[in-house]
Amino acid sequence: MLDRNNDNSSEEVIQALQDIQSLQGYISRENLKEISRNLGIAYSYTYAIATFYKTFSLKERGKYLIKVCDGTACHLKSSENIVDEINSYLGIRNGETTSDQMFTLEQVNCLGACAMAPVVSINEKIYGNLTRKKIRNIIDMLRGKK
Amino acid sequence: MKTLFLLCGDVGCRGYESRQVYDKFLELKADWFDIKFTGCQGLCANGPILQVKPGDIFYQKVKSSDVFEILEKTQKNELVERLLYTDSETKKRYIRTDQVPFYKKQTKIILRTNGLINPKSIDDYIAMGGYAGLKKALTLQPENIVDEILKSGLRGRGGGGFPAGRKWEDVFNAFETPKYIICNGDEGDPGAFMDRSLMEGTPHVVLEGMTIAAFAVGSNEGFIYVRDEYPIAVRNLQKGIHDARKKGLLGENIFGSGFQFDIKIKRGAGAFVCGESSALMRSIEGKIGEPHEKHIHASEQGLWGKPTLLNNVETYANVPYIILNGAKNYKKMGTVDSPGTKVFSLVGKVRNAGLIEVEMGTTLREIIFEIGGGIVKNRPFKAVQTGGPSGGCIPSEYLDLPVDFDSLKAVGSIMGSGGMIVMDDCDCMVEVARYFTKFLMEESCGKCAPCREGLVQVYRILEGITQGRGSLEDLRKLKELGEYIASSSLCGLGRSAPNPLLSTLRYFEDEYIDHIKNKYCVAGVCKVLTKFEINIVKCTKCGLCFKACPVDAIKILDDGCYKIIEENCIRCGECRSACTFNAIRW
Ligand SMILES: Cc1cc2nc3c(=O)[nH]c(=O)nc-3n(C[C@H](O)[C@H](O)[C@H](O)COP(=O)(O)O)c2cc1C
Ligand code: SF4
Ligand code: FES
Repeated sequence: MLDRNNDNSSEEVIQALQDIQSLQGYISRENLKEISRNLGIAYSYTYAIATFYKTFSLKERGKYLIKVCDGTACHLKSSENIVDEINSYLGIRNGETTSDQMFTLEQVNCLGACAMAPVVSINEKIYGNLTRKKIRNIIDMLRGKK
Repeated sequence: MKTLFLLCGDVGCRGYESRQVYDKFLELKADWFDIKFTGCQGLCANGPILQVKPGDIFYQKVKSSDVFEILEKTQKNELVERLLYTDSETKKRYIRTDQVPFYKKQTKIILRTNGLINPKSIDDYIAMGGYAGLKKALTLQPENIVDEILKSGLRGRGGGGFPAGRKWEDVFNAFETPKYIICNGDEGDPGAFMDRSLMEGTPHVVLEGMTIAAFAVGSNEGFIYVRDEYPIAVRNLQKGIHDARKKGLLGENIFGSGFQFDIKIKRGAGAFVCGESSALMRSIEGKIGEPHEKHIHASEQGLWGKPTLLNNVETYANVPYIILNGAKNYKKMGTVDSPGTKVFSLVGKVRNAGLIEVEMGTTLREIIFEIGGGIVKNRPFKAVQTGGPSGGCIPSEYLDLPVDFDSLKAVGSIMGSGGMIVMDDCDCMVEVARYFTKFLMEESCGKCAPCREGLVQVYRILEGITQGRGSLEDLRKLKELGEYIASSSLCGLGRSAPNPLLSTLRYFEDEYIDHIKNKYCVAGVCKVLTKFEINIVKCTKCGLCFKACPVDAIKILDDGCYKIIEENCIRCGECRSACTFNAIRW
């Protein structure tokens, strides 16, 4: 049987990954090695955990992380249109970052603001009741700010 | 007595800039009033929501530019008429919260204090009777508490509806120690936010319920597993734990009784399958979140192989009420087999989208048409989806169905954790099945073949149908695959994964056949099978569609009429959403 006391290094691994990700936005190969070393667990284990859980990004993200909700409520209100618009306006697909490192696009399931679907969050700020034109304007505004 | 302004600070209302409204109140601060930034007050669609006490005046769609006038008029005992709730049909205005139709039919047990207190203030919660349940529980014998929960008939609110008391009894009876308590706050249903609202709006009711459970089953350590997308819930729970410890309501020697219990927060990391109890425990242990076969129950060998009680957020939130008011009073609410209330997030094509709590047994019609105010733009109701990806779509012939665990199951759906998504004639049932299948295909942990491979097959067929490549033979294959996946998968994800498919096939087979035979999507959703045009009889020439079209596919003709140029149209449907006169047809 599992014994918690012999096993608590792995208990910490998800927490450690979360801490790094919230600090720098993504997890590098070096980070993975470092976590494995610090906790005394195999690199392959840390890697497996980091790839199983969707929260973790192993790629560097842009200055603005655009999360487009594709939860049920947003999907029924055509969240697809919002993704499409970002695809064509910024030339990035799900998981990609613009070459100027400004924007990253990620599709997520439910941001918890379903009553104002379709919803996106950009660096944690929620924008609701979106249309293609509205998301274009928001992107222009953020671009202008630099 | 000071006037109290309660402003909703939940995600929905923040999306409507309630933060700015709050800042304006702070800027105009005066001695005669207090302002509180609360948890969800329910009517998210009309946010930001503001309630004024005394008087229980209900204001909606409040902007920061309204604050000055609100303060001025409130001091003079006058109302700001234009911010009151107005019925869209009768134009009747309502003043008090409890008169507003949205709130009238609700019964608030779980959400009793949500929206009336500052979630970060333990004193606010205590002032409204909080922690009285725990205080009482500590004077009882643990076995009596377990007995009371058994008698109350409380069923788990995380989806399955398993009797909570039976789990408590098993963990109480388990020999091994230590025992663990887990609260499942993973809320995986994409399109539901009940547990989030509760953890953010009244974190203490969850902590109180867990502490009572711990005392009853004999545990000293608990975990709350919170979905990663919910940073505010984590923050508010953390603050709650900290404050409860300081007040001696958590930690060593709770209420001076000698009982010791503490709670840690574990953040999820974005895997739907981790909401499943055995996968969730692996995840807390820091492992890959894969479900395990349940020959042995968690109540005997759960977290780290020790006896573990795992319940949902809302299940624990019921506990203080039951202990305080007794099982007998609790059973007066709801139905015989599903006592109590249920919290739902009512969203989709319903006017009053938001967070509601109703007695079990309330009908779908009451929920959607009385509380929800009917369908947006008065379009026809088509179906309501309950239970998230494990649930199904319920058609209009069941609108008078009383909602409880067993009735929903009988019509091919499930209660689930409380997502309720209303669909109108612009929602395509084949596409809905495709959507949920895709979701589950991506979330399958891949451990067993029927779920991993079967869902891919189902998805390919459904995608084909929505793109006009379906055949009637596909329908037979879909049914077969659905039944096979349901019967031979290991965990609940796989076993319930065909529900969206099978329920839409059961009630909306015509729509599938329309796609296949007539190459026509009756909802105007599947792009290849849809053509939009303007119905000149209904068109008022307002130009909203013209402004909405992202690709300038709508032209103005010489007579002022509008026309959709088919070659330019990308069939995004934005004109249809923008038109308030239902003048776009397909
Ligand atoms: C794939 C899958 C996902 C689940 N997700 C959740 C969830 O997000 N929240 C939850 O409380 N229960 C979820 N459950 C149900 C849990 O396994 C478990 O039954 C429940 O949390 C027990 O609490 P209850 O008895 O209080 O309902 C899920 C089950 C499955 C199979
Ligand atoms: S049914 Fe699906 S999600 Fe569940 S264990 Fe099997 S593969 Fe994993
Ligand atoms: S479905 Fe998009 S916020 Fe919930």
